[in-house]
Amino acid sequence: MIPVSYFFVLSLVLFVLGIAAFFIRRDLITMFLAVEVMLNAANLAFVSLARSAGSTAGQVIVFFIITVAAAEAAVGLAIILLVFRQKKSIKAEDMNLMKG
Amino acid sequence: MMWFWLIPLIPGASALILAVFGRLLPKKYVSWQACLSVLASFVISLISFFGLLRVPAESLPVVKTFFRWIQSGQFSADLSFQLDPLSSIMTLVVTGVGFLIHVYSVGYMAHDSGYKRYFTYLNLFTFAMLILVTASNLVLMFVGWEGVGLCSYLLIGFWFDRHSAANAGKKAFIVNRIGDAAFILGLFFIFLNIGSFDFRAINAAVAGGGVTTAAATLIAILLFAGATGKSAQLPLYVWLPDAMEGPTPVSALIHAATMVTAGVYMVARMNPMFTHSGVAGHLVGLVGALTAVFAATMALTQNDIKRVLAYSTISQIGYMFIGCGVGAYAAGMFHLTTHAFFKSLLFLSAGSVMHALSGELDMRKMGGLRKYLPLTYPVFLVGAIAIAGVPFLSGFFSKDAILTHAFAERQYFIWALGVMGAVLTAFYMFRLIFLTFFGEERLDHHAKEHLHESPPVMTVPLIILAFFSVVAGYAGLPLVFGEKANLFSRFLEPVIHTGHGGGLSINTEWFLILISVAVSLCGIYIAYVFYRKSPQTPHRLVARFPAVYKLLYGKYYVDEIYNAVFVNPMVKGSEVIYQNFDLKVIDGTINGTAGAAGFSGKALAYLQSGEVKDYALAILLGVVIFIGFLVFG
Repeated sequence: MIPVSYFFVLSLVLFVLGIAAFFIRRDLITMFLAVEVMLNAANLAFVSLARSAGSTAGQVIVFFIITVAAAEAAVGLAIILLVFRQKKSIKAEDMNLMKG
Repeated sequence: MMWFWLIPLIPGASALILAVFGRLLPKKYVSWQACLSVLASFVISLISFFGLLRVPAESLPVVKTFFRWIQSGQFSADLSFQLDPLSSIMTLVVTGVGFLIHVYSVGYMAHDSGYKRYFTYLNLFTFAMLILVTASNLVLMFVGWEGVGLCSYLLIGFWFDRHSAANAGKKAFIVNRIGDAAFILGLFFIFLNIGSFDFRAINAAVAGGGVTTAAATLIAILLFAGATGKSAQLPLYVWLPDAMEGPTPVSALIHAATMVTAGVYMVARMNPMFTHSGVAGHLVGLVGALTAVFAATMALTQNDIKRVLAYSTISQIGYMFIGCGVGAYAAGMFHLTTHAFFKSLLFLSAGSVMHALSGELDMRKMGGLRKYLPLTYPVFLVGAIAIAGVPFLSGFFSKDAILTHAFAERQYFIWALGVMGAVLTAFYMFRLIFLTFFGEERLDHHAKEHLHESPPVMTVPLIILAFFSVVAGYAGLPLVFGEKANLFSRFLEPVIHTGHGGGLSINTEWFLILISVAVSLCGIYIAYVFYRKSPQTPHRLVARFPAVYKLLYGKYYVDEIYNAVFVNPMVKGSEVIYQNFDLKVIDGTINGTAGAAGFSGKALAYLQSGEVKDYALAILLGVVIFIGFLVFG
């Protein structure tokens, strides 16, 4: 039986990787992938905890998160596609219309 | 009788219908509805009047309470109407004369573009006045009181596209407001001292000694100050001459049936308070007498036919207040009634003259109209004779009753002023007659081409009014015809403490009557000498006493003095406050607030870079701080 802390460390590493990728990379698709990585880090934490506690609540939440992530991926990619059509670019620093 | 509360409500309902649907209704229907609603009120007033004759004095007044209107702590007021002899006479005068004025207006205003609006206002005016006279407590009466003020504003400024008319309307409204402020103060003191606004409760409290003389004096003087505004007495009379800017039937309505009689009615209604105070009663009499003479002198030199009549109204209302002031409330009310007939007659026939002359008002451009206006001339003459106090017409009886009572109460100064006013009245009325209907024709060429007698819808009301101007006096015969001859004051006895004539001997009475007769004939004769026999006399007098003439012609410069003392300082002070307080302090505060918001917005806008990464960084920082707080805090 692998101790639950191992999973947590893996989850933390994945999450920090996601954050780092989000800030370092400049194109939207990679940033989007980074967000997915962060989501899955959270999923990993949920299932490992659910397993060690012997409850199903965490598993259920993971299903929700997967569903939402799928929907988000569909919408997010569509938005990125449209942005690209408009701007001919998917670089994050080009998207600054909301500058005050 | 039981339906007397419909008297005010019918014209009110009619006004409401005209105000809401007037646009859609045909003109003819509007005239019919407006006139018939007032006629219906008049019929109910008549029925109620005869019903009232059978009601025993103990069960007066007849009250109809609808519901508790205002309830706030100790303060309460009902929506309730009452009918007693005093109200009954007022409703008859208001609806009777008002109806004739409505009918006359159908002809007079026929070509006016604001025809429907005019009749809406006219009905509303009647409604407000009827509320005033049938209200059974002071609060509801105040509603009518303000209502007539509002309607006078609307009707005086009826032709609001004329600058002078708009100003006259405002002047009437503001001057009335000054009196109303005093009136409201009077109401507050009544509440403090008596705790109720119901007339019966007030009268019971005064009769039961629940009010000290000082309090009664204070209340009565404040109420009377309100009356001086509404009834155009010194010092607040200035709005009435300017009220001539309205259509002529409106002047007739304001001067005869509604509005200016409100003050007299109110004083008569509150007569126990004035009698209890004593001092206030004297003040009323004195102000009335001074106004009677003061206004009459101003009427002497005016050339505008309606202005002469306006000043004569002020003067005649002065007589009514003399009556109230010397305790002869019945005589005051009697003069109010007769005055309603002959003054509305005079105004409406003056309107007929104007109508014939295409709107000419200046008597210097009239003259010799007798043969062109075969109907207007005799009725005008009847009105003039009645107001001048020639025997056997109504004005003689009522004016004589007032002066006799003043004499009997030993108010010789007031009596002398009254007699002087009577000479002046006879003089200026016949000056008007001679200048307008006699002598050479001084008409404009244009006016003469269109010269015509008015249509029957205008002349028939004149004839009816002329009839009543003659006979109304016989309702109140003087004491020399027997104790019971004065039906009018016997009818009013349940409401009004009647002056018992002060025990004048029959000889003195006859003597006073003779003086009245002599005085009026003397005034007419002087006018005859001045304007018929030797027309140079007035010019010689003017040349001899130019200062006096200028003073009178300038109406004692009261308007100018008021402007200099009250109006201009107010306007200038407002200007200074506007420049310094409004523009600097108030606008400064508001602009400063807006400026501060704008500045902080600009400053904070730098945080909004538009870069997703900056926002994400902010979120990350927030999460780090939050977690740090949770873990280490």
